[in-house]
Formats: sequence, structure tokens, C-alpha cells
Amino acid sequence: MAKILVVTSGKGGVGKTTTTAALGAALAQAGQSVAVVDFDVGLRNLDLVMGAERRVVYDLINVVNGDAKLNQALIRDKRLENLSLLPASQTRDKDALTDEGVARVMNELREKFDWVICDSPAGIERGATLAMRHADLAVVVTNPEVSSVRDSDRIIGLLDSKTLKAERGETMEKHLILTRYDAARADRGDMLKIDDVLEILSIPLLAIIPESMEVLRASNVGCPVTLNNPLCAPSRAYIDAVRRLKGDTVPMAIPSDKKSLLNKLFTRRAA
Amino acid sequence: MSLRKMFNRRGSAPVARDRLQLILAHERGNAGGSDLVMILREEILAVIAKHVIVEQDKVQIRLDRGKDVSTLGVDIELPVPLVARKAA
Repeated sequence: MAKILVVTSGKGGVGKTTTTAALGAALAQAGQSVAVVDFDVGLRNLDLVMGAERRVVYDLINVVNGDAKLNQALIRDKRLENLSLLPASQTRDKDALTDEGVARVMNELREKFDWVICDSPAGIERGATLAMRHADLAVVVTNPEVSSVRDSDRIIGLLDSKTLKAERGETMEKHLILTRYDAARADRGDMLKIDDVLEILSIPLLAIIPESMEVLRASNVGCPVTLNNPLCAPSRAYIDAVRRLKGDTVPMAIPSDKKSLLNKLFTRRAA
Repeated sequence: MSLRKMFNRRGSAPVARDRLQLILAHERGNAGGSDLVMILREEILAVIAKHVIVEQDKVQIRLDRGKDVSTLGVDIELPVPLVARKAA
């Protein structure tokens, strides 16, 4: 029986798709069988970030409508055989997703995998609420920036009210992944502090992903960052996050500005 | 970092551009709703269904969209007794 995890944020462009691909690959690299599901109907991108865009035949809506079986639509990753992708439709809109259809697909996925990771679209409308509906736990992706934190707060409210778990009166397990964290800016006091974000949102921290060229590089070549360069800082943070999700206790690495004092002085003068 | 740069001068951006050009060419081509590969898939399945009863989940379709050529692979598990009966 799989655990269903939704990756959500409210705000767009904060790193949901990158995070979905990275967590999915890291779980698969740790030996778990994983399906990543793109709920962004009409604007799919998880296929592109995973490097499977040329191989899409069927999509989530085909399976929801019964035009295709789940195993026909699942695209197995070429690098990790225990990682599969269920792409979103590019041509339909989100109204084509029915509650019953999504429930049936989610139940079927639950039987087949250890983990099902749902990549939510931005916003708080139907696509986003359906992506979180069947979740057992949620990863809220937030940038240390005012509008992202505000939208995350809104999404946390929906996770606690609009999900099946919430409707059953249970508590939705929620974790925060802080992305695009820039240690230099944080040190200068120009970025919201980790503790401030945690205090405002009051959900436990799962990972801090430092701002890194490696994330862009990985999406350019269509490979989850944890697979493209497992040793870089963002990958290590995602891999630690996966170990925490699996129940391990891993000390939290706080990215720091590694530049020497001399280097710092020069950078400041230049700035 | 500098070693990586030395061995990988091209960087990842040209890969991103090539991938985007390829997939957008396919998507723009399908704007009218007629994707040739998808039509071929449907018609191939329809022809086979005329001769044997094929269960939907016994069909695996592989697709690789390329710049100059795309490949379409259709694997169909045919029920053996039924094939023999049709041949007789």
C-alpha cells in the first residue's frame, strides 16, 4: 500500500515540479517503487523535467476517462526502473478530471507502488484541490519570500479542510521544504529567516534547498537533480528529506555562506 | 566546478533549447487535434481488433518523438487459441 504525498504551494514557480522529480527519484534511488503524477492539466511540465516528454502516449485524463489502462499510461523511467511517471494531459482542461475518476486512479496507484507523489498545479482551484484530495501527507514548497509564504499559509488551510483525511477528522501530516534559499542574502539580512518562516507557517521543516545552478542544469537536461548530480548541495538536501520521510532522524543541514572573510569583504565592496 | 566546465564546455542550455524545439514542434503540429502518431495507433488497434479480441490492458504502446523521425511500437499480447482458430 502506497503512501500518497502531495507536493503543493499555492504560488507558481517556487519549485513544486523540481521537488516532485527530486523526491521521486531519491525515493526510487533508495529502493522504493515510486509513481510521480502530474496534476497540472493543460500545462504539464513534469514530463519535461523528468526527460520523458518524447515518450508520452496516454495521460491522466485518458486513464480517468477509461480510454487507457493505468499500466498503458505509466511511463517507466529509463534510468530508474522502479520510478514511473503518469503525465498530465496537454490538450484538455482540468474540468475533465472527475472526482470518481481521480479516486479510482489513486486507489489503483496505491496498490501498485510504495509511494505516489502528486505534483499539484499552482493556485487553489480544482486541479490543486484534486491533487491534495487523496493525500496521506503533504509537502508544502515555499520560497523565503512574502507572497510565497502567504500562499503557503492559504494552502495549509486547504490541506486541513478540503482533503479526505481532513473530512474524516484526521490530521494531515504536513512538511515544509524551503527552496531557493540563498545563504549570502540571509546572512545580509535581506531574506526571510528560516525561523521566521517556520514560526509563521508552524509546520515542521523537511529540507532547505539552497539556490543552486545544479537545479537549473538538471531541468535543462531533463533529469531529476538527485540523479543528475547526487553529490551537489540541493541533491543532498533532497536525499536527507527522503530519509526523514522514511522515518530516519537526520540532522538538518543549514546552508551557509561558505566564502572566506576576505572574499566576503571584496564581494560587499563590489555590490 | 572548473573541471566540469573544462570537460563540458557546451553547458546544459543548448540541450534545453534542443529539447524544447523538438517537443514544441510536435505540440504545435497537434494544435488542430490531429496527431498522426495517435491516429496510427488507433487505426492499427482497430485493424487488429477486426481479427482477434484484444484486451485493452494487453496492449503496450511505446512512442519516441524525434526530430526527423518518430517511432511507434505496439506490443499486443494475442491469445494463442484464438489466433489458431482464426488461422484454421
